[in-house]
Amino acid sequence: MDVLALTPWDDWSIFIQLCVNGVTLGSVYALIALGYSMVYGILKMLNFAHGDVYMIGSFLGYFMLTSGLDGPMNLAVPIWLALTLVLLVAMLGAGLLGVAIERFAYRPLRNAPRIAPLISALGVSFFLQNSALLLFGANFRTYDAFTLDGGVLFTKGIFEAWGKDDAIALNLPLLNMLVIGGAIVLMILLTLLVARTRLGKAMRATAFDREAAAMMGINPDRVIMATFFIGSALAGAAGVMVGMLFGQVYHFMGFLAGLKGFTAAVVGGIGSIPGAMLGGLLIGMIEAFSTGYLPEGSKFQDFYVFILLIAVMLFRPTGLLGRADIAKV
Amino acid sequence: MTEAPDTVLARDGDRPAPLLELREIVTYYGEINILRQVSLQVNHGELVCLLGGNASGKSTTLKTCLGIVRPRTGRVVFDGEDVTGRPTNYRIARGMAIVPENRRLFAPMTVRENLEMGAYLNGGGVKEDFDRVYELFPLLHERRSQLAGTLSGGEQQMVAMGRALMSRPKLLLMDEPSMGLAPILVERNFEIIKQVHEAGVAVFVVEQNANVSLSIADRGYVLQTGRVVLEGAASDLLQNEDLRKAYLGR
Ligand SMILES: Nc1ncnc2c1ncn2[C@@H]1O[C@H](COP(=O)(O)OP(=O)(O)OP(=O)(O)O)[C@@H](O)[C@H]1O
Ligand SMILES: [Mg+2]
Repeated sequence: MDVLALTPWDDWSIFIQLCVNGVTLGSVYALIALGYSMVYGILKMLNFAHGDVYMIGSFLGYFMLTSGLDGPMNLAVPIWLALTLVLLVAMLGAGLLGVAIERFAYRPLRNAPRIAPLISALGVSFFLQNSALLLFGANFRTYDAFTLDGGVLFTKGIFEAWGKDDAIALNLPLLNMLVIGGAIVLMILLTLLVARTRLGKAMRATAFDREAAAMMGINPDRVIMATFFIGSALAGAAGVMVGMLFGQVYHFMGFLAGLKGFTAAVVGGIGSIPGAMLGGLLIGMIEAFSTGYLPEGSKFQDFYVFILLIAVMLFRPTGLLGRADIAKV
Repeated sequence: MTEAPDTVLARDGDRPAPLLELREIVTYYGEINILRQVSLQVNHGELVCLLGGNASGKSTTLKTCLGIVRPRTGRVVFDGEDVTGRPTNYRIARGMAIVPENRRLFAPMTVRENLEMGAYLNGGGVKEDFDRVYELFPLLHERRSQLAGTLSGGEQQMVAMGRALMSRPKLLLMDEPSMGLAPILVERNFEIIKQVHEAGVAVFVVEQNANVSLSIADRGYVLQTGRVVLEGAASDLLQNEDLRKAYLGR
């Protein structure tokens, strides 16, 4: 791409394509950010191992997918069933991993100084990365969603063009639709769970005042466990989505994704669920648009993302939807 | 109180067992000894008040009843059962509820949701529970969709009380319910406590306001640096010279 960036007016098709990419990426970042934000909300700690849970989820999906194959990229079951199973297994595995991390690495430090669980989280992160390196090797694994079931994920979809010489085109492959749709479904389910269910209310009560929640008969340990399960499962789903989208999984992939998820959570207002969704979308869009419209954007998209983080922190330290208004009474 | 811990349930003669009994409770926070052999009891349907100065250990006593704080030695017996080793949710399921110090409402949740949390172990409460609370505090019905953190102090006190009543407790623990309320609201508050008590709920209330609380209580205890230094019928305590000097006079 040119050093001197384009503007949307030069080519609307590129603009539309960047929107598609941005929303797709943003959906994934939002899923990762949610786990960060939920855990912060309830424990006031940054779970630096969250990106690595996402990585393990991605590997789980990879192994599920390859084990379900009957010959090269020929599925033994219908593709929708295969994808659903892959997603569910990755979510379950990542969720259980999150629960185990909380139980063994964070809970014993619940009453320790705040720095202790942070260091423990970094330790868990290294542990997971190196375990993956040891178990799965240093080479990239390929999801190869391109050839899956004859490549329907990429050949089907919405491909339309309008205007003179088809100047305005929309390319929305099935895979992107599935990723965006899947993320939206998960986020709606999460929102309903938090707003309506007994567990969701217990989560909000515990996040606000753990001791008061215990005084109502809520078992905070159980609620914290459920929070880790849900947050980690969402990261596992994101891992599968990224594997399908970009094809490659490797032991270190959780680092940058975790950092982006964290950025999204902070930009949106850490602790806030709608904030994490908004932050994720924003980061995905910035990343996509910087590749198109900002100088050297395709090399420096991460740079622009972190510029956004710094800018938000300077002008709105609580994040876009974070609130400092309702303090503890 | 001379029974060994394993015979706690055996009571002598026809004296009814108290609803709540603390036996020689010793509590530490870290290395600091807070409660030093606190023994007290609340009988079925009784209104008992616990008086004491700042940092004397009143809140710690209530938290020990509820199981938020675990004693180092001593026993907590509730409704004929030794619950010392039992978690808080077990005790709540057996019939305890608390109005905590400073109310501790869930500020970002609605009034209704706060009430639901009070009946958490009953699945968030059935219609009758809400009706009962709304009848006692009609204002809460009006405000049910408002965030608890945006209510006035007096309204918040109603939510805290309603929340505790949602679980249909046998014993209501209250930690300084009149703290931070205007005098008129303090009076109104105690009227409600009396009303709840007259409905058959035993009440164990911590207060610094000895005059008002003793005037409605059956009995009282006075705590001083983690020891019960005085106990008796509320009417006797109201007459007690030492207590008058310490709490009532000025
Ligand atoms: N979680 C805790 N960790 C350490 N010390 C504590 C803790 N909670 C209370 N304390 C200490 O225990 C002592 C008794 O506290 P407690 O809250 O029981 O007093 P109180 O009689 O309720 O006082 P007040 O009238 O001010 O509410 C105080 O010195 C307090 O600082
Ligand atoms: Mg107190």
